[in-house]
Amino acid sequence: MRLSRRHLLLSGAGLAAMAGGLPLGLPGPALAQEPRRGGVLTVHVGSEQRILNPALRASTGVYIITSKIIEPLVDLGEGGKIVPVLATAWESTPDGKTITFRLREGVQWHDGKPFTSADVQYSAMELWKKHLNYGTTLQLYLDAVETPDAHTAVFRYSRPMPLDLLLRASCDLGYVVPKHVFEGSNVLENPANTAPIGTGPFKFVEYQRGQYVIAERNPNYWRQGFPYLDRVVWRFITDRSAATAALETGAVQLSAYNGLPLADLDRLRQDDRFEVSTRGVEGNVFNNTLEFNTRRKELSDKRVRQAIAHAIDVDFFLENFLYGLGKRATGPIPSTSKEFFPNNPVPYPYDKARAEKMLDEAGYKRGAGGVRFSLRIVPIMNGEDVPLLATFIQQSLQQVGIRVEIVQLDIAGALSAVYRDWNFDLATGWHQYRGDPAVSTTVWYRSGSPKGSPWTNQFGWQSDKVDQLIDQAATELDPAKRKALYAEFVAEVNDALPVWMMTERPFYAATSKRVQNHHNVPRWDSGDWHDTWLLPA
Amino acid sequence: MQILLLALRRLAASLPTLLLILVGLFLLLQLAPGDTVDALIAQMGGGDPAMAEQLRTFYGLDAPVVVQLGRYLLRLVTLDLGFSAIYGKPVAEVILERLPVTLLLMVSALSFAFAAGMALGVLAARRVNRWPDTLISTLGLVFYATPSFWFGMMGIVVFAIRLAWLPAGGFEQIGSGNTGLTRVLDIAWHLILPVATLALTYLATYLRIMRASMLEVLTLDFVRTARAKGLGETAVVLRHVLRNALLPGVTLMGLQAGTMLGGSVVVESVFALPGLGRLAYESVVQRDVNTLLGIVFVSALLVIAINFIVDMLYAKLDPRIASGR
Repeated sequence: MRLSRRHLLLSGAGLAAMAGGLPLGLPGPALAQEPRRGGVLTVHVGSEQRILNPALRASTGVYIITSKIIEPLVDLGEGGKIVPVLATAWESTPDGKTITFRLREGVQWHDGKPFTSADVQYSAMELWKKHLNYGTTLQLYLDAVETPDAHTAVFRYSRPMPLDLLLRASCDLGYVVPKHVFEGSNVLENPANTAPIGTGPFKFVEYQRGQYVIAERNPNYWRQGFPYLDRVVWRFITDRSAATAALETGAVQLSAYNGLPLADLDRLRQDDRFEVSTRGVEGNVFNNTLEFNTRRKELSDKRVRQAIAHAIDVDFFLENFLYGLGKRATGPIPSTSKEFFPNNPVPYPYDKARAEKMLDEAGYKRGAGGVRFSLRIVPIMNGEDVPLLATFIQQSLQQVGIRVEIVQLDIAGALSAVYRDWNFDLATGWHQYRGDPAVSTTVWYRSGSPKGSPWTNQFGWQSDKVDQLIDQAATELDPAKRKALYAEFVAEVNDALPVWMMTERPFYAATSKRVQNHHNVPRWDSGDWHDTWLLPA
Repeated sequence: MQILLLALRRLAASLPTLLLILVGLFLLLQLAPGDTVDALIAQMGGGDPAMAEQLRTFYGLDAPVVVQLGRYLLRLVTLDLGFSAIYGKPVAEVILERLPVTLLLMVSALSFAFAAGMALGVLAARRVNRWPDTLISTLGLVFYATPSFWFGMMGIVVFAIRLAWLPAGGFEQIGSGNTGLTRVLDIAWHLILPVATLALTYLATYLRIMRASMLEVLTLDFVRTARAKGLGETAVVLRHVLRNALLPGVTLMGLQAGTMLGGSVVVESVFALPGLGRLAYESVVQRDVNTLLGIVFVSALLVIAINFIVDMLYAKLDPRIASGR
């Protein structure tokens, strides 16, 4: 039943391609690597984001769908180099306050209107600067975008903007939407937020809430002869085990961003129908964090925070709870970030005796029942590993005489408890690194974030030196000097430890071997898939 | 006419209850830490304060709770269920999209559970304390004690992955362009596993109730009379015993219809079905007050309607109930 259905579907697609007069790769083993046109790629999406506009919502769950329909100015190419997409060239003036983009000519929106610099201007000023999460911070000092001609956009900043920062951030925060669709409407309510119109290789067809999104081949795509696929279907499957089942039955061919249970990922690694890897997801790395509320007397002492770090055997956790899918973190800048990684060693090796000694020295001797003091930990449920880690922390700290109580809340509850009400002693969740420390990492350490902003420094911790380093690095134009500033920043925060980056973990994708040309660029899951094709089932 | 009056009386009596439920739920949700903007930002994986403020104003969350509640109730009077924060469109539309799937799943599962439960219950009562009874009762207990997600997952592992007979999830073949009978068959094919999973857990209750009430009715005097006047055993069971024994089962169905609306969250998640249960669950997690209240409102109306039908059924099954009124 299953085979015949799939066979029918595919041969139908092949016939359609031939009828359309498209060049069709000759079948046969000799030319197996010749890209084959046609076919439907079905993709598992675990979290339905509902807003399909990457210029409004920066999130991997939005990119995995919309980056095939809407395109950014630039993207990450092989080896992590910035490659042109809608922008073909860029330059910055020596003072770093004016950045000019040359835009691609002959590009059309899916509704047939031409793509021009006015669209870039509108997206930057009305969406990136006003609404886009992280975009509002990145473009805070963007004063204006000038459009001297239809294919030039000049960004004017009131403070120096490092070109490499803007380019790296623009892969995620530089998606361009059509001005003629959004202009004059309330951007948040525009129907194009759920029925996107872009310039990408695939055109939006249908969004059935709770079920699926469909996009089809854009025949007028500016990359001649692309894409290969006829259609892409994204299926929302919230139950992770059910998603694994869908992958195993062949109903879906890809599950990205740790969409499957870790146990299943581990099992599928041994299955030669699938590739489970971090290839092509290098652009996205995350850490398990331990956040300290330094308003709490015991935790205001740096030695106590450091002792806690020494008391937890992270390697044991990685091996036994995460199936070895990750490693110990060296600090807030991960080892995959070539431009900024300071190459420092892992701080705070597991050393229980030392932890005990440090706690004694800090003046917290074991009291009745061997307990020094009690803390409450709030797990922030980013993933299935978070409650496990909370339990592991609880048991590890028990060993050194710190009693820990776990406060169970769902994610909205946990975020407001930790970041708005400051009602926590310890918190554990994820920190996500987005290509450049200035995008979403330094906010974890910079003081002055308004109360209530999630994933920022709400730890009651402040250091003038760190604040200064962060500000300086954000406007430093010389890449080498930026790197040095960030190295100094890492050393500072690793020592003070307001938040401890415990693990460094890549996202895993499970891909059917039918999918070809997959994960060939660093943020492939959030890429455009123009050269992706499918082997027959 | 009498039926219409009864319906109106029922509706009038349930209005205060409905209002209480809605107000209570609204206030209860205010107690939950975090609001829909927190949840949205959590789902995006991060946001900044400027954006959060904008969104709060956009969803009217910056007003005091009393004002928000007042606004909601005022809208409700005009039958406007409001705007869903997470779906970005009117709640009525969001619910209407999901309702057919839920109703289809619920009605199929309930009918199957009811029919099979009745049949097995009668069978068990007829062979009470002999091996068919023991077998049926034990199986019923096993189904009852097994969590539905486990049934669902095992069904998928066996019938979708190992045997490849049935699809692993979803409501229908996506983008197949099926219409008419092909589409109906396709949906039915997709619903076999979820309906079976949902029905099996309910089956046991009907079975037990039916068996017990059959045994009870079988000892009554009129059964002896029926036998005495020379009726065959089948006729006695079908025409006299069954009809009287059905009442508790029908009552139970009326009660369960309400819980089944929300109770299929697990089955809907495991089989990736876009139903009301999952919508309600997501609305709680996402703190989408409007959608959740809308679901409660619609569910309450459905429960009232179903219980009304059950009342009518009583009268049909046992004329004494109607004449006693």
